[in-house]
Amino acid sequence: MAPSKISLRGVTKSFGSKKVLQGIDLDVAHAESMVIIGGSGTGKSVLLKCILGLMRPDLGSIAIDGEETTKLSDNARQRVMRKFGMLFQGGALFDSLRVWENVAFGPIQSDGMAPAKARDVAIAKLGAVGLGPEIGELFPSELSGGMQKRVALARAIAREPEIIFFDEPTTGLDPIMADVINDLIVKCVSDLGATAVSITHDMASARKIGHRIAMLYEGQLIWQGPVADIDRSGNAHVEQFIHGRAEGPIRMQVRRL
Amino acid sequence: MSIPLITTLGRMTLAFLATIGAVTAFAGHAVRRAVLPPYYHRQILHQMLEIGYYSLPVIGFTAIFTGMVLALQSYTGFARFSAESAIPNVVVVSLTRELGPVLASLMVAGRVGAAMAAEIGTMRVTEQIDALTTLSTDPFKYLVAPRLIAGTLTMPLLVLVSDIIGVLGGFLVGVYKLDFNDAAYLRNTMDFLQFQDVFSGLVKAAVFGFLITLMGCYHGYTSKGGAQGVGMATTNAVVSASILIFTFNYFLTEAFFAR
Ligand SMILES: Nc1ncnc2c1ncn2[C@@H]1O[C@H](COP(=O)(O)OP(=O)(O)OP(=O)(O)O)[C@@H](O)[C@H]1O
Ligand SMILES: [Mg+2]
Repeated sequence: MAPSKISLRGVTKSFGSKKVLQGIDLDVAHAESMVIIGGSGTGKSVLLKCILGLMRPDLGSIAIDGEETTKLSDNARQRVMRKFGMLFQGGALFDSLRVWENVAFGPIQSDGMAPAKARDVAIAKLGAVGLGPEIGELFPSELSGGMQKRVALARAIAREPEIIFFDEPTTGLDPIMADVINDLIVKCVSDLGATAVSITHDMASARKIGHRIAMLYEGQLIWQGPVADIDRSGNAHVEQFIHGRAEGPIRMQVRRL
Repeated sequence: MSIPLITTLGRMTLAFLATIGAVTAFAGHAVRRAVLPPYYHRQILHQMLEIGYYSLPVIGFTAIFTGMVLALQSYTGFARFSAESAIPNVVVVSLTRELGPVLASLMVAGRVGAAMAAEIGTMRVTEQIDALTTLSTDPFKYLVAPRLIAGTLTMPLLVLVSDIIGVLGGFLVGVYKLDFNDAAYLRNTMDFLQFQDVFSGLVKAAVFGFLITLMGCYHGYTSKGGAQGVGMATTNAVVSASILIFTFNYFLTEAFFAR
């Protein structure tokens, strides 16, 4: 078997006394699209940040292309980082730069592309997420939430990275635009041969973009398997989650009004 | 009764020492990253403009009134000894050695240090700094180093301008209010001025410029939470920069002029 693109073993992360990840084992193969589902606040975003090295896990190993990354020096980490693109849940656009400069940031700063050429690339990427060239001249604060999300998506894929993380790519978009974005993600994986890890609460999106699905619950991946098997997982937690039922083994921490 | 007091004091001392350690590590890391390529020239230039050019009005006002009040105050004192002729020299030496660098730096700390902490702090809490990293751009090189370099280089220039405007303030009061002969005032200003007076002030300015931008970057970079965290970072940046300016001012003066 070919070595995994991403391989996690026993990844553990706590914030003070709050245990968020409690021993995550995960393998994502080359050119595979993995979808992670799970309740709000279960640590999905934290998991991605650990893999990216933005947070240091307390325990466990994370290997990218077989290379252990948890103990890398700054320079070596930068080299590994070049493989990644990330769509942040909150967009994280640079608010002091214009939209096209945001999208062209990776090509210019890390690939040394000439600004004029990077601008064309940026406008093409903006077109792919349904934004015209005139949007490129605006500042992020002048865009709607859904438009910001799409700009962030364009920025994440602008360098055509080997590995792309999408943290809730379709949240805040209308259903039609959401499907356009789903198609775009599928295209990134099939055309560019990228490896993708996506977080979503949108089961329609999960079914469309994922090859495999994993569910995070109480700090562990309680189920993972091919997307076709999600309806016969035989796991009560997964059943409840994908059908969005309030009744079931997952208890929400709410009190009656 | 005294035990809790000692515990609190001990805890505060430890926290203080830990902060000094963290700031030193931050500064060391920033300087190490700053000397290695790539260099972000446009960022450096932009920051020099932000720190230097846009501070000119504030610095100008501070300097001219400081020079004026110095002339006025030293006149009231020196007239008692019939030593009015020393006034131009007192004005220029106080300005170049002490008041120029210290007052200009305090104004810049309020203006630039606060803005820096707010900007970098907002970038931190909205994950823009994380986004920089994922676009394989080192935030220390892209955000911190240009500010430190610009602060260290620009502050001496600002202080030089402030020295000149301050002397002009003293000159105006001297000539138009205290009836000095204008040529005599200028001659007295230049005759006793030593190279070291000006030079030591500029060295101080460079150190203060580094400290102001370091505090702005450090508090912004390490800010947590939302708007409140950024607000706290801004306050801390200004307060700590001001304290450092006064502390370093003493030790630099001692290093330059003590025998
Ligand atoms: N920097 C941090 N400091 C302290 N606690 C944190 C930090 N980041 C995340 N947490 C905690 O970790 C837990 C998981 O957060 P995370 O953002 O990963 O959730 P999530 O699964 O992405 O949720 P959502 O679906 O709502 O985005 C939360 O309880 C959060 O309070
Ligand atoms: Mg999240």
